[in-house]
Amino acid sequence: MQLTGAQALIKSLEQEGVDTIFGLPGGAILPVYDPILDSSIRHILVRHEQGAGHMAEGYALATGKPGVAMVTSGPGATNIVTPIGNAHMDSTPLVVITGQVATASIGSDAFQECDITGITMGITKHNFLIQSAHEIPRVVASAFYLATTGRPGPVLIDLPKDIAQSKMEWWYPTSIEELDLPGYNPEIPIDANDVARAVELIAASERPVLYVGGGTLKSHAHKELLAFAERTKMPVVTTLMARGAFPDSHEQHLGMPGMHGMYSAVTALQKADLLISLGARFDDRVTGQISSFAAGAKIIHVDIDRAEFNKVRQADVAMQTNIVAALTALEAAKAMPQNLDVWWKEIRTWQERYPLAYDEPLADGPLRPQAVIEAIAAKAAPGTIVTSGVGQHQMWASQHWKFEEPGTWVNSGGAGTMGFGVPAAIGAKVGRPDRTVWCIDGDGCFQMTAQELVTARAEGIPIKVAILNNAYLGMVRQWQEMFYEERYSEVYLSADLPDYVMWAESMGCVGLRARTLQEMYDVIDQANKINDVPVVIDFRTDSSEKVFPMVAAGASNDDIMVHPSLRGDAQ
Amino acid sequence: MTAPEPYLGTTNRTPVRHHILSVLVENKAGVLARIAGLFARRGFNIYSLAVAPAEGNARFSRVTIVVDAESAPLEQIVGQLNKLVNVVAITDLAPKDAMERELLLATLSIVNDRSSVLDVVANAGASIVDVNATSVTVMLAGPPSACDQLEKALESFTEVELQRTGRVALPRLGQTVSA
Repeated sequence: MQLTGAQALIKSLEQEGVDTIFGLPGGAILPVYDPILDSSIRHILVRHEQGAGHMAEGYALATGKPGVAMVTSGPGATNIVTPIGNAHMDSTPLVVITGQVATASIGSDAFQECDITGITMGITKHNFLIQSAHEIPRVVASAFYLATTGRPGPVLIDLPKDIAQSKMEWWYPTSIEELDLPGYNPEIPIDANDVARAVELIAASERPVLYVGGGTLKSHAHKELLAFAERTKMPVVTTLMARGAFPDSHEQHLGMPGMHGMYSAVTALQKADLLISLGARFDDRVTGQISSFAAGAKIIHVDIDRAEFNKVRQADVAMQTNIVAALTALEAAKAMPQNLDVWWKEIRTWQERYPLAYDEPLADGPLRPQAVIEAIAAKAAPGTIVTSGVGQHQMWASQHWKFEEPGTWVNSGGAGTMGFGVPAAIGAKVGRPDRTVWCIDGDGCFQMTAQELVTARAEGIPIKVAILNNAYLGMVRQWQEMFYEERYSEVYLSADLPDYVMWAESMGCVGLRARTLQEMYDVIDQANKINDVPVVIDFRTDSSEKVFPMVAAGASNDDIMVHPSLRGDAQ
Repeated sequence: MTAPEPYLGTTNRTPVRHHILSVLVENKAGVLARIAGLFARRGFNIYSLAVAPAEGNARFSRVTIVVDAESAPLEQIVGQLNKLVNVVAITDLAPKDAMERELLLATLSIVNDRSSVLDVVANAGASIVDVNATSVTVMLAGPPSACDQLEKALESFTEVELQRTGRVALPRLGQTVSA
């Protein structure tokens, strides 16, 4: 069967089980947009290429399947660089297809030419510049294989226009050998010696903590984690990237560690004698000052990526494998720590003394952002998916929402990409149309990518967006208040400009606003009744609210600051 | 992985603690850029680099990289390099386990001090590969330390144009190496 390169590309995506492409056409990718008309794949036309990338990420994080985005060359390609970098930092499986100028024009500074494989070399797991139509099936199959196996990540395919237009005889690889990836082997057999040494360390431990990172979600190890934690009775902390990997309602769950982590989670890591790190990477937002992080703890570091071992913290046992295999092996070996009663007694004391706290909500407003999140959560169906941008609202969402299952928390962790929330929510809703999707956003973030609500309305993707509108770039304001003597520099945005309700309505969404507690409850009820179009709520929140607990940048986790209402006695 | 061994040579140009990574890569466009880019963005220092088609196989090339193991832990360098999809295999050679060789070419003026030039060349065991009325081009293939010595000996001459290839290496016979 003779196909054009463009037809072969779309057919290859169908072979990989792709049901949705997020994209925006342009000159160099034009040939590929023609066979889309004849394909079963749904194409979602975005309003900016960055939106396509974040939607594909949201889709991937909510479904566990790779997200697919397609854009044109030049500025189309550079506009999707931020999502690619974001996916790289968070190990999100993504396949991004970019159009490229014709082969003969490459290197000639042709119209809308850019070296996107060069630009994305450092922020993709791998990228391809297709050289012939014949290799399209192999490259597409390889891209999906690379994106989804081992440590997942974004893979970019750059397709010159003339190759999309040339003919090829259709074929498709049927085995991994045909992919021709001699340097890639994601299957790492577990080393029995590592397991034995890990079991020894666990057996000697009196104060262990399961330090659960995003890799646990990526390897779908939540069931194994629950079984292992319950049998061993070990306390669990879940990082920002791992929220949902272990139920927040579980009595062994201490919550999120790190810069804005729960006091008990942060302190349990500090006082532990053993950390079992499961797909976590000792990020600076978790460790604080590295020299004083968990100073008395032995480390069992489980990761599929061996380059994570000893990068930040020396491991006592480094197990290169996926999390399911590691937990299965530890379970089979009946790994068991010492009696943890004393350890739990200590942890319970911290939990009672330093719970998550915020000031009493005021009936007439301004609203407490934490109370808004809790009120939305109280009325949300089980399994609701929450996305966020980056900043204070993100930390409050992670702290105050109760995540019970994988794929319900979709956020930008490593890269900290403002504007992630709205497009990621759209992608999540496309991937999980059965679920309610709330984007907890900040006013600063919302302004970066809100135009994708036009996409949501046009494509019939009814997400709900809660803007915690404090009229500021809130996290920067918090730092300026605390560390720059309240010298506020370039952080004021205004609560009224733009008018978020009018803006939402102009984009075909329902726009609502709440200033008082009663209005807050009312608009949430109203939003929950709307299931056909996107809803945007402008919650007017207190500008002076700060995220607590907090460990200052570079400070020791021992110097964690709790909410002012909990201070007064020695921490 | 064991700690890098101190360099056993006597030169002042070579990093005190270097390692030789013999990296087998797919012979595809952009592979060298991937390696160079990785070293640059991770802050690893490359001391020298030599690339050539691998033994009898057009599919692969061999990249010999001399890395400064003080710029980053060797484990990190190898771990990150190994993640490049086009990197097929990495052999890590400590200097004491490696047979290292390098080639030096130098063109010198012989107008004023022909005899001393020839003395230096003879002492170093270098050979003359090109000559005319005013200049000679000499070549030395040998251990990097021998190239260092010849380079130093040539410092006293004027109008020297000198080029070194960077080293290639194979394991010393009878030694085991770690992958």
